[in-house]
Amino acid sequence: MAVCIAVIAKENYPLYIRSVPIQNELKFHYTVHTSLDVVEEKISAVGKAMADQRELYLGLLYPTEDYKVYGYVTNSKVKFVIVVDSSNTSLRDNEIRSMFRKLHNSFTDVMCNPFYNPGDTIQSKAFDSMVSAMMVQVS
Amino acid sequence: MEAHEEKPIIYTMENKPIVTCAGDQSLFTSLYTSLAQQLPREPMEWRRSYGRAPKMIHLEANFVQFKEELLPKDGNRALLTFPFLHIYWTDCCDTEMYKVSVKDDMLRWQSTLRLHGSVDWLIVVVESEAKKKNKTNILPRTSIVDKIRNDFCNKQSDRCVVLSDPLKESSRSQESWSSFLTKLRTLLLLSFTKNLGRFEDDMRTLREKRTEPGWSFCDYFMVQEELAFVFEMLQQFEDALVQYDELDALFTQYVLNFGAGDGANWLGSFCAPVKRWNGLLLRRPIDMEKRELIQCGEASLLDLRSYLFSRQCTLLIFLQRPWEVTQRALELLHNCVQELRLLEVSVVQGALDCWVFLSCLEVLHRIEGCCDRAQLEANCSHTVGLWTYATEKLKSLGYLCGLVAKKGPTSEDLNRTVDLLAGLGEERPETVNSLQSPYKKLNEALSSVEAFEKHYLELSHAAMEMYRAIGRKRSARLVGKSLAEFYMKKGDPERAEGFLEDSLRSYVAEGWSLQVTHTRKQMAECQKLLQQTEDYLQTSALLAGDANLTEEERKHFCQEILTFASQPPAPSDQTVALSMVAFAQLRQMQFSPPGAVVHVGAALQLELRLRCQMPVAVQVEQLAATLHFSLEQGGARGRAGSAQRRTGQGPQGQGDGVILFPQGSLLAGAGMGATLPPALELCEMQDRSPSDSSLNSTGVVCKNMHLLLRRHDSSASLDTPTAGALPAAVAVDDGAQMLRARDITLQPGDNSILFTAPTGEPGSYTLRQLCGSVGRVQFVQSHIYPVVQYEVYSQEPQLTIEPLSDNLLAGIPQKVKFTIATGHYSVKKGDALQLSNTDSMPILHSSCCSATILSSTGEHVGESGLSIQSSEKVTSISLPPTPPYHTLEFQLEVLCHIPSTPFKPDSERLTNGEVRHRPKSHSHSDSAMINIDQKVSIDCPWSIYSTHISLTFYVPFKAKHSILSAGKRKYIQVCLQNVSDTNFHLADPVLTERQPTTSVELLSLNAKTQQPVCSQQSVFCLWEMRWAKHLPLCLQCVFSASFAPVSASDTRTAFKPYRYEFQLDRVSTLYSLKAEILPPSGDQHCRTGALCGLEVSITRQAEPSETEGEEEESTEIEGLRTTKLMYEVVDNSSNWAVCGKSSGVVSMPVASSATHRVQMEVMPLFAGHLPFPNIKVFKYLPHSAVPAIQPDTDSCLENDNISLLDKGLDDQGDTASIRSRGSVHSVGSGEQQRGLPMPRLEPFSPGQVFNWSQGRQVLVLPVTDDHVMEVNVT
Repeated sequence: MAVCIAVIAKENYPLYIRSVPIQNELKFHYTVHTSLDVVEEKISAVGKAMADQRELYLGLLYPTEDYKVYGYVTNSKVKFVIVVDSSNTSLRDNEIRSMFRKLHNSFTDVMCNPFYNPGDTIQSKAFDSMVSAMMVQVS
Repeated sequence: MEAHEEKPIIYTMENKPIVTCAGDQSLFTSLYTSLAQQLPREPMEWRRSYGRAPKMIHLEANFVQFKEELLPKDGNRALLTFPFLHIYWTDCCDTEMYKVSVKDDMLRWQSTLRLHGSVDWLIVVVESEAKKKNKTNILPRTSIVDKIRNDFCNKQSDRCVVLSDPLKESSRSQESWSSFLTKLRTLLLLSFTKNLGRFEDDMRTLREKRTEPGWSFCDYFMVQEELAFVFEMLQQFEDALVQYDELDALFTQYVLNFGAGDGANWLGSFCAPVKRWNGLLLRRPIDMEKRELIQCGEASLLDLRSYLFSRQCTLLIFLQRPWEVTQRALELLHNCVQELRLLEVSVVQGALDCWVFLSCLEVLHRIEGCCDRAQLEANCSHTVGLWTYATEKLKSLGYLCGLVAKKGPTSEDLNRTVDLLAGLGEERPETVNSLQSPYKKLNEALSSVEAFEKHYLELSHAAMEMYRAIGRKRSARLVGKSLAEFYMKKGDPERAEGFLEDSLRSYVAEGWSLQVTHTRKQMAECQKLLQQTEDYLQTSALLAGDANLTEEERKHFCQEILTFASQPPAPSDQTVALSMVAFAQLRQMQFSPPGAVVHVGAALQLELRLRCQMPVAVQVEQLAATLHFSLEQGGARGRAGSAQRRTGQGPQGQGDGVILFPQGSLLAGAGMGATLPPALELCEMQDRSPSDSSLNSTGVVCKNMHLLLRRHDSSASLDTPTAGALPAAVAVDDGAQMLRARDITLQPGDNSILFTAPTGEPGSYTLRQLCGSVGRVQFVQSHIYPVVQYEVYSQEPQLTIEPLSDNLLAGIPQKVKFTIATGHYSVKKGDALQLSNTDSMPILHSSCCSATILSSTGEHVGESGLSIQSSEKVTSISLPPTPPYHTLEFQLEVLCHIPSTPFKPDSERLTNGEVRHRPKSHSHSDSAMINIDQKVSIDCPWSIYSTHISLTFYVPFKAKHSILSAGKRKYIQVCLQNVSDTNFHLADPVLTERQPTTSVELLSLNAKTQQPVCSQQSVFCLWEMRWAKHLPLCLQCVFSASFAPVSASDTRTAFKPYRYEFQLDRVSTLYSLKAEILPPSGDQHCRTGALCGLEVSITRQAEPSETEGEEEESTEIEGLRTTKLMYEVVDNSSNWAVCGKSSGVVSMPVASSATHRVQMEVMPLFAGHLPFPNIKVFKYLPHSAVPAIQPDTDSCLENDNISLLDKGLDDQGDTASIRSRGSVHSVGSGEQQRGLPMPRLEPFSPGQVFNWSQGRQVLVLPVTDDHVMEVNVT
């Protein structure tokens, strides 16, 4: 259902990025990277308005003709970005939220691994297969 | 007032709910103005069905004359033309008149209404005072109203209202107006609720039929829009918008269902090919053309969407929510594109782009039209999406129509352009006259290359600026990059470069590798066009090592570099220096030997592990590492210690001399590098005093503090080396020393390169730069971190001599080790050590002497014989040839003769004869060995100065002698103590006179000729002296023996002599003492507590010889020559109490065998075998002899004398009272007068007085009645 899933470090370099049509990989990288602008905008807006009320889900970052980009930010400022196909209208906000929640759980597992060095790119197989599952489900 | 035409409503804002007026038209006309004014003045609460929130609304109405045609016929649901209320106006106050005409008229009106099912009516009766006055025969006014109520309003009395004097300004009139208006409003709202409710119900019913075959969305659309119109008419924009949103959602759902295979028939009309793409039209409240198309069911999807959006837009702007318009517009545009795709509507290529472009601009124009500039700027974030979208679309149109190509559009492109422009149709009348309409823009942009560029740049820059203004830097860069692509297509790389560089820097800084690779590729193309050779090569190098590229691409870029490198150099530029990082990475360095500390000229190898990033093997002509040389403090000497210091040093310094370099791929490294601070680079610092190189202070210094403490701002974080300009420091410095390796082929992946490090000069060498040359290209790594350095030291040749054992013993051969550290000196053939010989320490050389040569690391290198030649003065040891920085070791035996003269403890005799007084005594205790410092002077071949080395030998023995007497017989005892740690054999102890005389014979009483002397043990030897006439006054003896260590193999040769010389004075016995203790008379034994007699007899044994006589003072008394003796009885062990006189002076006649007897009384204090009390005899020298003695010792002796007596006093305990000090003097020299100098006492030398009773004991019995027994239990 998702066409691209990315985990981006606090310092804005990619920890993990995967997209389904391989030929469009570069485009997705650009899309995800550009979406960081909106993520930052939203984080700073939230920071001003309600610092204590932590809504990790940032909602739709921006739509493009073909894709919708959703964002999520953890408390440690690690960003998750999910890109879905615009034609895929069956995905509602709730589904996106639950995808992010799953992603966050899996990411937490990765971080809990004592052999994982925070800041390194994610190479966990468990994480990878979870992401694959999210991508395959509908599409 | 005007009756509406057949085509009534277009502009809903100008519409008002219709209220018909029947009855007296002139009356109504007179009241119309005030009515129209006053009706909307006060708001009214509108309570609504279906739980919708009540609203306050201001009511307005359009009052029209009642006509039957106005009443809706059956089935006509047009709401806008629907009369909501019917009013009958009358000012009739005459009953007759009412009955004749008015009532009938009203009845007709009522029946017409009833016929059309309209129940919303009102009868207004206007009363005026003036009219009343005219008519006198009038009924009370109420009666008319009552009549009307009675006639028409069965139970609804409120349907008839009275309006009193409406044109007068009285309170009554106002009151009547107000109640009338309230009634009117209430009834109007009642009618709305009822009629709209009915309408909505109908509408819902219609909607429920949507699954039925004949259902048409367009029809339904018209119905629901009618409702929206009414809400808009009532100024309920929110509700109106809801109607459109519902329609929107319904349509969207249909499209989605269609996509899912559930097609509706009516949707077919929307799937028609798109023929017009003239964009949104937002300038009119209602786009009637499109509405008509919808009404006719001829609208395309774009038409419907455009119309729907234009209506939503209008309402949103009424609601003052322009930013929602932009957001919805973007959604709409995206959605439309998707829907067309979903419905598989055939669209001319580029048509949608045109539509989107026009629509974006139209929306933006519309927004600009209703907002001021400040508002627009503050809400860039809402509009920028549209700007970007428009830019993208224009760009794709440009590419489509060949407006971007360098050559300009082809004919095919032109045809396409014409087709696209045709689809735009005519410009709409609203914008024909404006200079800048979206239509004109698109037309112009597509007309020529130049115009396109102008418009495209304008849009791009606008979008970029907006993005920057709202802080979306990445988006701005993306637009910039797209602009760069445009410039590249246009063949304008100069302008593209800046944008590419900016983007690349940001991607590198944030570590997005795919973007970096992609942008870098574009950059390479750009730099190639710009002929920025160096930059291009650098970028190529980075790309050649980029794992994101395919093998072919990487090879291509690698080949680019190699091709350039192989070109013959142009005269202008020499070489091109590129950063090494892209080409190859340093992984590891390893020194051999690992310590990285070597002496001058030694071989030091450095193995470099380099990971080559290139996809193919690269032939490197030279790989060189520049060295920085520094002469370290305390340089040339004493570097041996620094080897230990260095091993634990260095940030990665491991014991095996391996230096690892931080890992990480190039891209990740660049990304991390921007985020992580560099590692601390620490080194130790020692501040030594310049004069004596003692340590003043020490500390740790951070070398890269300038990097760590640098201010980190956003621009600096992007400051990582990129494909762009390299740091200026890449310049290669040629002058310095280098590690060099030539003609290496670097394979892709890890390569190992071996360097031989120069070690010519002592000092510290630090690797600075790494530089690989490939033809004209040099790859330079400007600094190597962590710091890699090695040290070269130089050493002066050095000779040391040290004993093999702990202590060197004098007298026997000892081995000493000669160690020569050759240092920088190379020992040549013929070099020899010249040892100046000394008598006291000859060097014993044997033929089988060999030297061992060790390398600087302690490895055994070789062994060779030594030839030692001794002449009278020097011993020459010729050394074997030894290379520098080796160690030569050999052993020699030396012997230190024991000096024969007895030593005084505080002086030492050196072998060269000089007596040196040492500040500290070496033999302060009995067991300590006497040492001899032996200096050796050696001439070394490497120095013109002699080397002086001091060796300390220890004398293993200590000898003591004593004389023993037995009556007249004399014995000499020599005690030889072994003070060393070695066990010896002692042989042939001999005692001789130094000047042998016949008078004395020394008879050895020693049985064995050889006996062991263990460490720290003593051997006693005894000789009896025999003499013929008389003994010499002074006897000088020499004790000699030979000794050898027990461990010595060859006992015979190993024996070495030991001599001890001593002198004996006054050895002959002069007096003999004999004591006898007599029990009290009548008793056989002594008893405790009983006085016994002590009889001491002193007998002269020999006449003093001449020489002795000189010493002994003799006096002539009554012709008899006598000498005076003082005796004393002392019992130190408190066995005896001497009663009465314990000492006295006797005069001994100078004659042989003269005897003097002294009687004394003693009392035994204990029972048992008690030893005799001590009897001492002294020479007693009267005062006359004083002048012979030095005055100062005199007083000293005197004091001694007194103290001696005092001691005796104390010892005697309770008998002390018996004696007095005075008695000594009175007895000794009664004639002496006080005040004269005291007489002196002088002890005899040992052997002069022989005590016969020495060691005798006497039995003392305890007292018989002693009933107290002491038992001591210990």
